[in-house]
Amino acid sequence: MIIPHAKVGSSLKNKTGGWRSQKPIFNPELCKKCGLCQLHCPENCISGVEMDKKVEERSVAKTDYDFCKGCGICAKVCPFGAIKMVEEEK
Amino acid sequence: MVKKTVEGSFAIAEAIKNCEPDVVACYPITSSSHIAEGLAQFYADGEIKEYIRTEQEFSSISAIVGASAAGSRAVSATSSQGLALMHEVVYAAAGMRVPIVMAIGNRALSAPLNIWDDWQDSIAERDSGWIQIYCENAQEAIDTAPQAFKIAEKVMLPVMFCIDGFYITHSVETFEVPGMEEIRKFLPKFNPKLKLDPKNPVSLGVYAMPTHYQMFREDVHRDAAASLKVVKQVHDQYGKTFGRTYGDGLVEGYKLKDARFILVSMASVCGNIKEAVDALRQKGMKVGLLRIRSYRPFPYGQVAKALAKAKAVAVLEKSYNLGGKHPLYSDVIGSFVDEKKRPVISSIVGGLGGKDVTVRDCEGMLKKLAKGKHFEVWW
Ligand code: SF4
Ligand code: SF4
Repeated sequence: MIIPHAKVGSSLKNKTGGWRSQKPIFNPELCKKCGLCQLHCPENCISGVEMDKKVEERSVAKTDYDFCKGCGICAKVCPFGAIKMVEEEK
Repeated sequence: MVKKTVEGSFAIAEAIKNCEPDVVACYPITSSSHIAEGLAQFYADGEIKEYIRTEQEFSSISAIVGASAAGSRAVSATSSQGLALMHEVVYAAAGMRVPIVMAIGNRALSAPLNIWDDWQDSIAERDSGWIQIYCENAQEAIDTAPQAFKIAEKVMLPVMFCIDGFYITHSVETFEVPGMEEIRKFLPKFNPKLKLDPKNPVSLGVYAMPTHYQMFREDVHRDAAASLKVVKQVHDQYGKTFGRTYGDGLVEGYKLKDARFILVSMASVCGNIKEAVDALRQKGMKVGLLRIRSYRPFPYGQVAKALAKAKAVAVLEKSYNLGGKHPLYSDVIGSFVDEKKRPVISSIVGGLGGKDVTVRDCEGMLKKLAKGKHFEVWW
């Protein structure tokens, strides 16, 4: 009997970044640290915008390209045009 | 053990309740509504811990899959379109190896819309890896409920036990319903080795790449086929504890010893066939009945053995495979692939959508098959 299951942390080994055909480029100059992209990212791989802190104490948004699938949702939701999708070069 | 005169469904609900399920999730549907209602009443009376009133059957089965994955004993009841709506999760439940149990009040599938009995709703789920037991009467269903939980939790595969809609679900009879204390001695607490647990987090039913997917299906197939032994063992054990048995737990023979002409069937129509067999035996005809109780896993070996000495056999089923050979018929034929000799085996589809199959019909079938020629008919 095999019960199909995955142990905690196993998804860390599955680097989904390789699936990407487009890549989000975060522009720290335009980022207002609102955290919208971080909230919407389906991979939960955007970090930096510590929402429990005041805006001036937060860092700008950045993503982890090991896991970012390039879906483009972050670029769509950013109200300040701080994220641009560019073709992935391999 | 208490004797009660009630409707079959309510007695079955009580038997399920006495198995102490942690979670029940139902969306009532004819012909199993009264099982769902009975369970809801027990919940209202504080005798069942959790009863989720879902908005439709896809949610019912999803809820009990989740509950079972978290280590609960979980159960539902459904019929016909409800089971069809569950289809996607029926496969998921077997693949995830969650030992949920469902009582199926058998009922025809649309279209045309029909609320009466046939087996096609559950037969349509036969390939999923679920164990399927077909009960001849409500007493057998009452006795099968605790067995279903025990089998499921032993082999970690879901079990549905099937009861003919209306004929069995809605008939009032006198039943013996085993009590909670008695069942507790027979059915140990559900204690899965692996479950959703915040202290030891896992994901269940995860995805599998082409390298592994087939391996999981093969594994379920192997375990489902091997569960024949468990279905029999649990039945025998139950028989020892409660004094009621149904054949050998897999098949039941009726006057088979010297029978030359045998009707093979399942579920409640077997009651009528038994009467027909008795009537024709009085006229000196060597007829008999083989009732299949465990449809999945299918007892190929037992069937071949029981029918080996027959001259002619006919398979009567309330199920079909439109444009192909019918399901139970195919399984009976399949029982003989390793045998050098086999009887003439004919196919009868009947009783669809509540069409009555009377004792006289059964006598007619036995007489027709006793002519020894092959036929495939809709009766
Ligand atoms: S492209 Fe998609 S996956 Fe990548 S950071 Fe943006 S939202 Fe997340
Ligand atoms: S949505 Fe745009 S502005 Fe807001 S945190 Fe993300 S990148 Fe910065």
